[in-house]
Amino acid sequence: MPRKLIIDGKEIEAEDNLTLLQACEQAGAEIPRFCYHERLSVAGNCRMCLVEWVGAPKPQASCSLQVKDIFPNKDGTPARINTDSPVVRKAREGVMEFLLINHPLDCPICDQGGECDLQDQAMGYGRAAFHRFHENKRAVEDKYMGPLIKTQMTRCIQCTRCVRFATEIAGVPDLGATGRGEDMEITTYLEKAFSSELSGNVVDLCPVGALTSKPYSYTSRPWELKHTESIDIMDAQGCNIRVDTRGRAVMRILPRLNDDINEEWLHDKGRHIWDGLGRQRLDRPYVRKNGKLVPASWSDAFAVIAARVKATTPDRMAAIVGDLAAAEEIKALKDLMTRLGVPHLDCRQDGAKIGGGPRPAYLFNTTITGVEAADALLLIGCNPRWEAPVLNARIRKAWLNGPLKIASVGAPVDLTYPAEQLGTGVDVLNALADGSHPFAEVLRNAKRPMLILGGGALARPDGAVILHHAARIARETGIIGPAGTPAEGGWIGFNVLHTAASRVAALDLGFLPAPASEESPGGRDVAGIVEGAQKGEINFIYLLGADELPLENMGRPFVVYQGSHGDTGANYADVILPGAAFTEKDGLYANFEGRVQEAQRAVFPPGEAREDWAILRALSDVLGQKLPYDTLADLRRALVADLPQYGRLGQVPVWEGADPAVWNALGTDGVFTADVPMGQAIADYYLTNPIARASKVMADCSRELLHSDENKQAAE
Amino acid sequence: MLSDRDRIFTNLYGFEGADLESARRRGNWDGTKKLLDLGPEAIVDIMKKSGLRGRGGAGFPTGLKWSFMPKQVDPARPHYLVINADESEPGTCKDRDILRNDPHTLVEGALVASFAMRAHVAYIYVRGEFIREREALQRAVDEAYAARLIGKDNVHGWPFDLYVHHGAGAYICGEETALLESLEGKKGQPRLKPPFPANMGLYGCPTTVNNVESIAVAPTILRRGAEWFAGIGRPNNTGTKVFCISGHVNKPCNVEEAMGIPLKELIEKHAGGVRGGWDNLLAVIPGGASVPLIPKSVCDDILMDFDSLKAAQTGLGTAAVIVMDKSTDIVKAIQRLSYFYKHESCGQCTPCREGTGWMWRVMTRLQQGRAAVDEIDLLQEVTKQVEGHTICALGDAAAWPIQGLIRHFRPELERRIREYGALKAAE
Repeated sequence: MPRKLIIDGKEIEAEDNLTLLQACEQAGAEIPRFCYHERLSVAGNCRMCLVEWVGAPKPQASCSLQVKDIFPNKDGTPARINTDSPVVRKAREGVMEFLLINHPLDCPICDQGGECDLQDQAMGYGRAAFHRFHENKRAVEDKYMGPLIKTQMTRCIQCTRCVRFATEIAGVPDLGATGRGEDMEITTYLEKAFSSELSGNVVDLCPVGALTSKPYSYTSRPWELKHTESIDIMDAQGCNIRVDTRGRAVMRILPRLNDDINEEWLHDKGRHIWDGLGRQRLDRPYVRKNGKLVPASWSDAFAVIAARVKATTPDRMAAIVGDLAAAEEIKALKDLMTRLGVPHLDCRQDGAKIGGGPRPAYLFNTTITGVEAADALLLIGCNPRWEAPVLNARIRKAWLNGPLKIASVGAPVDLTYPAEQLGTGVDVLNALADGSHPFAEVLRNAKRPMLILGGGALARPDGAVILHHAARIARETGIIGPAGTPAEGGWIGFNVLHTAASRVAALDLGFLPAPASEESPGGRDVAGIVEGAQKGEINFIYLLGADELPLENMGRPFVVYQGSHGDTGANYADVILPGAAFTEKDGLYANFEGRVQEAQRAVFPPGEAREDWAILRALSDVLGQKLPYDTLADLRRALVADLPQYGRLGQVPVWEGADPAVWNALGTDGVFTADVPMGQAIADYYLTNPIARASKVMADCSRELLHSDENKQAAE
Repeated sequence: MLSDRDRIFTNLYGFEGADLESARRRGNWDGTKKLLDLGPEAIVDIMKKSGLRGRGGAGFPTGLKWSFMPKQVDPARPHYLVINADESEPGTCKDRDILRNDPHTLVEGALVASFAMRAHVAYIYVRGEFIREREALQRAVDEAYAARLIGKDNVHGWPFDLYVHHGAGAYICGEETALLESLEGKKGQPRLKPPFPANMGLYGCPTTVNNVESIAVAPTILRRGAEWFAGIGRPNNTGTKVFCISGHVNKPCNVEEAMGIPLKELIEKHAGGVRGGWDNLLAVIPGGASVPLIPKSVCDDILMDFDSLKAAQTGLGTAAVIVMDKSTDIVKAIQRLSYFYKHESCGQCTPCREGTGWMWRVMTRLQQGRAAVDEIDLLQEVTKQVEGHTICALGDAAAWPIQGLIRHFRPELERRIREYGALKAAE
């Protein structure tokens, strides 16, 4: 029920579930704060947001006072709140003075300088005219929080935002406060790393320079940076990011606000791989001569490829799309290969048995915000904590706020929320589908049940059988509900969680083996291509940033590697065409929900590297199969003509209802390879792609956070 | 002076046993069933009429506090009574003697109060340092269980469990919401209010937190009637109260007296007078460390109750009378209290965390005179910046003793600064 308030003389109506701080903002008053944060619990400890409630004996902390607790005056007139009266100013100046007496005021050497809440608010509430603290300032020992977070704890103002983030959002209670009074310190207790995939967010949350980014430390000042809005492609969630650059270098990556996708969080891989953008770069074409890669010109490299293409036949050629490719270059490669008549195309480097069906069969249909409405969740071969850490935080949020029951088929891992472990045996899916398993009952009784199929399930040899059973479970337990969004009463709980940013776009574009027909036996998938190469049946392979392949098993086909980093693919390449990383080109990416977003160019590609679609366009000319687009805009027009959803940026497909035939036909009904336990899609969260593997920071993280025990043993 | 037949704590000095049989002889557990038969509303009503004000320091009317509890119990949110035996206020030792020597008054009071507030479970949070007291209390609880006076199936027909919980020695855990946090197993830091405990208390359920003495006097009030209790003392400051007299008196003691007794009478009758005679008195802290001191001129005719002391810009607090004669280094005394508050501040909110340390440091310099005269004003302003800006009352408690010192002993502070300056100049 809305309540009337008079805030700074302005009468407003505020909903009674708001805090007074939110009501004041609604009235246009700006309230300074340090400890308060919209997405964290209210601590009320900094006392900076004090306001005057006329008639109350003392100033009130507006962050913790709810509108429903503000009663009207005795005569029935609305309560009067002042946010800029002398009382308020004096109170806030007092608090500011207290915060500053033990703050080192070392802004000139502090990384937070220029984007520091304390610095900014001291401009408004600091008593610049005099300085009257004549005691010694407090010094606090710095703490170790891992390879990503640099600490300078003397600067800490004990707002406990980081502690609340760790406990509430990340679900990893590694941070806490020890000591009392002025000896209170924020710490990881045992000098251990903050072992969360979301740890970097505490740097954003810290209102002062106590927690800063270790890799970024002392590299640049915020006012030197150019900001470019972009999309994270380290996983398939499509977190919104801001790429900060200085000159030609990416200096750091920060999250952008998008409530539908990442709220305001970003996972550590997305945030910290920027040093990988400058290392191991392919900055000019190479051609292998006498077993050695030697620098070459673009025209030479193209000539070598053209000669090879001429010397072989399309059915002995293959093309594979890697995990980081944008939709434009996938389309360009698809068009080129189709013109050449190549049947062996695939985008599923991990061998996931998915694609080819209608869109909902391979999307995360529930949508990320939809997760919050779910009340039962079945994870199948899926570790969202590694495969999509920000989504995992959303699942945790749903679990915290509602009656969400979670069960997991797969390796037992700490997901930061409790999940009933149904074991690693795939047989349990049968029991879930025929209703004999107790959790099937939970799903059936749930109003909005959902399941998530992860790479650990789909990439198995029997992935198609698992897909079939997942669809069966979905049909049997009401996971596939009526059309519409959850708000409209619709529900679809069938989800596939991809880990490759390029995957959904590639599946949308049909970058898959050509279907079998009477004239041809059909195209090969990745495993088939590898096998064919081994046997000599495939002798030309075009890799578009594809590095997660067992290339060592391939025999000696002719390999063209087009990509940005010198990783596995480049090692085996006969011709290297240097492409652009995601920060160096405008590109469209569809996230696992099917939401299309644009990553914008922040810097130019290094050296002679070019944008990938342009490389393919140029190559097509040399191969005599000129692609019909001369600009990126032309290419996008062609893309949107094929797939209209690529013209609707940022929108998520609305569930259109179930066609039973589609779900019945999903996957293949067969036998499980029951003796193989359900594995994990990702072996090392920090090293999943060529950019991450080129990053020193990611290598440090992997070593210190995932393999610290092994290191210790080795040291002993 | 309170007559012996009006005393509630008849074994305050431990002259008799603290066991159940001795307690029964003194009248505890006498007709408790009849008290419960009055019904919750009537009990709360009697408590309201008796005019009992909370004995923990703030003096909030106890009956009113009880009436804040919901009248209907939501099965998902049981009611709780929590008894604050975390008596840590410097100078205060009244609850200690109740726990030691008269624990059955408390156990019986817990049952009655829980019944009045429709609670089936009560917790007693005992200060960490009170080891023997906890043992005595636990003995009394065990006896009451054994005699089926309390317990799930007791003779009074109100299923009731009483748990004794041991704190770990933090002053802040005496603050009611910090106590609840500590009881829940968390770090003892005060909560934001609202929501108040009567709405969201222990484990998020309706809870009342009362001082030991407030609960322990309840059965006697109910037995003897609101009029009897209200007839003692002065209007709005009724009943009896255990005073703790310590410091420079000939016979420091705890004594149960009527509210509104003159301070001079209290000290001279019960504590054997000020060391060296009344004229040797310098100042008194009348209500435990948190309240401002009053100099002898005020002590001469002040009455010991909430309203009189408030009018004298101090407070009754826990009624812990700390007497200081003229041999006292009054600045050092207050400086030591500042250290206490600096040490015990929980560190949660800014003004108290930063302010208590600042105040202590300035006080330390003032004690030696190593300061400038205008730093007295600075100190006064800092106390004002802490007071009223914090989550709990510890900030206020840290500020008040210093404000009292400046109010009444500013010449002494200035004298020290002058002398120190002269000394330095001579060097």
